[in-house]
Amino acid sequence: MPKTSSHKKENTPLLSLDGITKSFPGVLANDSIHMDIYESEIHALLGENGAGKSTLVKILYGFYRADQGTIFLKGNAIQIKTPADARHTRIGLVFQDFSLIPAFTVAENIALFMANLSPVVNLPAIEKRIRETSDRYHLEVDPQKLVSQLSIGEQQKVEILKLLLSEARVLILDEPTRVLAPHEVNALFLTLKNLRQDGYAIVLITHKLHEVMNVADRVTVLRKGKVSGTLLRTQLSKEKLIRLMFAKSLGSSRQIAKKTPSSISPLLQLREIEIDGTDSGVSLKGINLEIYPGEIVGVAGVSGNGQKELGDVILGMERYAHGKKLLFGKDATRWSISKVRRSGVAFIPEYPLQMAVIGWLPVLHNMALTRTWLYSQWGGLRVDWKKMIHDTKSAFTRLGFEIPQLYVTVMSLSGGNLQRMTIARELLYNPRLIIASYLTRGLDVQSTLAAQQALRDARDEGGGILLISEDLEELFLLSDRLIVLMEGCIVGTFTPQQTNPIEIGHLMTGSKVPHGSIS
Amino acid sequence: MTILSFLGILSSAIFSGTSLLYTALGEVIHERTGMVNLGLEGVLLVSAASGFAATVQTGNPYLGVLVAMIAGALVNLIFGFLVITRKANQLASGLALMFFSFGLSALIGNPYVGKSIHALPRFEFPGLSNLSTLYSSLFRFDLLIFLAIPAALLVWWLLYKTKWGLGARAVGENADITYASGRNPRLIQYQALFLGGMLAGLGAAHIAIAYAMNWTEYMTGGRGFIAVALVIFSRWHPLRAIVGALLFSASVAVQLVLQNSGINISPFLLECVPYIVTILVLIGWGGHRKQAAPASLGRVYQGSK
Amino acid sequence: MAPLAETTQKKKFIPPGIIQTLFHYLTMVVMSFLLFAFILLVIGKNPIQSYRGIFSSTLGSLYGLSELVVAMTPILLTGLAVAIPSRIMLINVGAEGQLYIGAAFATWGALNFSSLPAGLLIPLMMLLGILGGALWAFIPAYLKSIGLVNETITSLLMNSIAPKVIGFLVFGFWHSAMDTNKTARFVPAARLPTFFDTRVSLGVVFGLVLLIIFWLFMKTSRWGLEMKAIGGNPQASLRNGIPLKVYTIIVFCTGGAVAGLAGMVQASGYYGLMLTNFSIGWGFMGFLISWLVAGDPFGIILMSFIISLIFSGGNLLQITSGVPYSIINILLALTLFVVLAKPSIIRGKKS
Repeated sequence: MPKTSSHKKENTPLLSLDGITKSFPGVLANDSIHMDIYESEIHALLGENGAGKSTLVKILYGFYRADQGTIFLKGNAIQIKTPADARHTRIGLVFQDFSLIPAFTVAENIALFMANLSPVVNLPAIEKRIRETSDRYHLEVDPQKLVSQLSIGEQQKVEILKLLLSEARVLILDEPTRVLAPHEVNALFLTLKNLRQDGYAIVLITHKLHEVMNVADRVTVLRKGKVSGTLLRTQLSKEKLIRLMFAKSLGSSRQIAKKTPSSISPLLQLREIEIDGTDSGVSLKGINLEIYPGEIVGVAGVSGNGQKELGDVILGMERYAHGKKLLFGKDATRWSISKVRRSGVAFIPEYPLQMAVIGWLPVLHNMALTRTWLYSQWGGLRVDWKKMIHDTKSAFTRLGFEIPQLYVTVMSLSGGNLQRMTIARELLYNPRLIIASYLTRGLDVQSTLAAQQALRDARDEGGGILLISEDLEELFLLSDRLIVLMEGCIVGTFTPQQTNPIEIGHLMTGSKVPHGSIS
Repeated sequence: MTILSFLGILSSAIFSGTSLLYTALGEVIHERTGMVNLGLEGVLLVSAASGFAATVQTGNPYLGVLVAMIAGALVNLIFGFLVITRKANQLASGLALMFFSFGLSALIGNPYVGKSIHALPRFEFPGLSNLSTLYSSLFRFDLLIFLAIPAALLVWWLLYKTKWGLGARAVGENADITYASGRNPRLIQYQALFLGGMLAGLGAAHIAIAYAMNWTEYMTGGRGFIAVALVIFSRWHPLRAIVGALLFSASVAVQLVLQNSGINISPFLLECVPYIVTILVLIGWGGHRKQAAPASLGRVYQGSK
Repeated sequence: MAPLAETTQKKKFIPPGIIQTLFHYLTMVVMSFLLFAFILLVIGKNPIQSYRGIFSSTLGSLYGLSELVVAMTPILLTGLAVAIPSRIMLINVGAEGQLYIGAAFATWGALNFSSLPAGLLIPLMMLLGILGGALWAFIPAYLKSIGLVNETITSLLMNSIAPKVIGFLVFGFWHSAMDTNKTARFVPAARLPTFFDTRVSLGVVFGLVLLIIFWLFMKTSRWGLEMKAIGGNPQASLRNGIPLKVYTIIVFCTGGAVAGLAGMVQASGYYGLMLTNFSIGWGFMGFLISWLVAGDPFGIILMSFIISLIFSGGNLLQITSGVPYSIINILLALTLFVVLAKPSIIRGKKS
């Protein structure tokens, strides 16, 4: 444990990042980032998904090497090339997806990361140390239990204990409350405050405003890879933070001429859907949702709050514990994915490369995958490629997209081209229900407009659309109804006219109890 | 069944099971670090041939055992080079190694076919000298048999009580996490192969120098594959492997006894039993959420970016 | 990234250069032959003489060539037996066992229906062989499809059981009057026809035909497309509605069926009887071949040829120059090592 420091702030930061820049093919993840981390301080790193927070801390922990920039330890430049170096500098990181070995006990996991482990491991002594530390910081957990038997909250405690017993003095926590229940969150903050008291430097990565307001002494806000601002506790306000987080001018919402949803039966009904999210950490709780023909329902929320699970439920991927799903009036709760799709449901997923296409097959082959039987000749021995080519071309031209090279592998497509291809494929068969996640991610202005118009056209022809997005402007532009998804629950339902982006932003970041009415 | 026949089975099982146990212990170490070595049969053959040749040349069986151990470690390192450094598929590499070893072992061993050696001397099991020779002769064991269970204990201690063992088991579960803890997964895997190779060498030495006392091609009779099955059956635990080795080797002896009692079960079918039981064990355990197999078994460690 | 070109003309979709692939295979073979020459020198044999011996005895005479084809026959089939499941990322190490059981089923047919004419008996035995292999593959396939056990482990274990079953059957029921470890010779009607005076059986035709059918199937059929999808990205395929479980079982069992056919071919065409431990590792060799060429049918033909060249050439070399047979295994393994140590040569395919 580091020495108990005085309550005066040190003048030199313990760790200082200067000009950190890192790019990956196609994306500049960190752009000249400057950040000072002090002892006895909780420093929040705030930003939307994809803002570059995870990349930054991975650099700090030695998983990546920055292209440019320097890291200073108490004013001296240091090199962190591997996690061993980081641990040597006594930097510890709790990952978003934990780095625990399920088959090991708590004590074994902690021992693995201990700094001065003796060649002959004395587990009972280690267990004793664990109990002492866990008592001190209210991180109660049984050292002899297997990690696979622990709840997510308990696993997180183990992760923190791991850092403490490996003699780290900089503790980095990546979105720790994502998987915690409210009372567990309070316990965590209590622990953090105690640790701060004992001199630890804590970096808290989050996208939740209320956490920042609750606990942070200092906040660095990242937006699209750059630092958009640093605030001290005394300067904090929610409005300032939201402005720093979300780039676009959140002007007043647009009024769009929309069709009133017909009162015919809904295309999709979800009743009290609950999913136990022990694997992914996000459970869906009490989801009630209806989508009627001729409407676009927008889903606002920071990625990782249940959007994927929601899409998976509708697709048929999830074995859910409770609830009912009705598609086009029929009980579709147990339908296979194939049946769901055949009934006229299309999916544009969040990560097309992983979830929708086969990377090393060519574009043309991928286009055929959702409806292979339509192109099957001679009982399946032959594929009617001519027809497929024709359908592909018409799919693209209908949307006003350029027809891509049909025989290149999908892997070699740019993000934008891949997205266009996925959209074209899914809309090809005139689906009645479209589930679109992050529709315009990676698209240029022209394609964005085309895709958005395609959705409107589908809606006007009587289709129903669930549009999941983080882009508030887009949601306000397209949605007939708007819901907010937060930690697996629907925390608000509005029409765009009833609300504004600021309010939605609050709800997305969990900082306000909603009072919007259901239309 | 008389006590004598029971003891007879036990004795026979111990004799033929010792080499199996050593080999399985070696494979336990490999698999705990995530590697499946299908070439184990080959490792055994080369070690046996080398050990036997050395014993004939020097007249010293203990030296032969040592040579067998070294040979085993070296052959395993070839496997390591392919799988760890060149990141080749483990199964294919193991099989290729097996074919290689068929050739190499024959090359080394054939000049010595038909030669006899001073086998490893056998000693009375302490405390039995008072019994009639009928019983005590069943339990005259050589050094390697005496050391077999201690070896199992040693492997257990190594894997579960030492810092190295913790890291090694971690590699088999998740090499990336192990790397994050500041260790070198590749180095650990090489070390595991070295150790495991030496253990397999001991097993081979027992077959050639202590038990069969000669050299013929393919003399290991599939023990390498049996060892792989045994490791699965023991759910990757060195101490359970002791029981497993006894069971696996007892099957043939049991058949003889059953035959004497008038029950005629084909030895072939009896030999199937351990494998069938292993599959059943896998099915039974597969149903549990806790998987007994090291989580990264068979996966080739790609390293970090 | 690449600008979008308005291409509507169909570009022939050729994998990264057939010439290039051939060149790579040849490089590997040359390298291993060089390595082997070095070893020959070390043990005091003249490499040039040895190689001349190998090539002349195998490729120089018709008989030599025929012996080469005889060696190729089983591994063409077992290679295919592994290649088929590999397309959907299933690892079939169990070809050895499936081969045995297929042979056993076929042997049962030969022994019990010996009065049938060849025109009926042979197809019957083929069906039995296929059935045997598929059945033996079913257990690993099913267990994998329900997510219970890894198919690598189960098929490996089934491998160990199969020869013992054969031993049981042969020793217990089927053995001839003279030997306890072999059956009697099959009746002529139960023997696969051979070509002219050679030992080359119809089995090689099965192998080549099936490999070509497999190639065509994967290239043009709808199921080939879906299989490629599963092999490329199982998650995306599942999300697109492709039934993973069904494919797992059917595809794996098909692999088993082909291995079973190989067993029948060897029992009927090669040996003409059934004996215990009758496989010299054909199933494993098939696994190696298939894995080395990433399941490509033409690669399988090529690698089988090369390996058989080494084997049969080595056999003859043993007779003529006194090179110990064990050397052949070493050369074989060296070829394999060279390929294994350079995974970048076989790129872009699933493994």
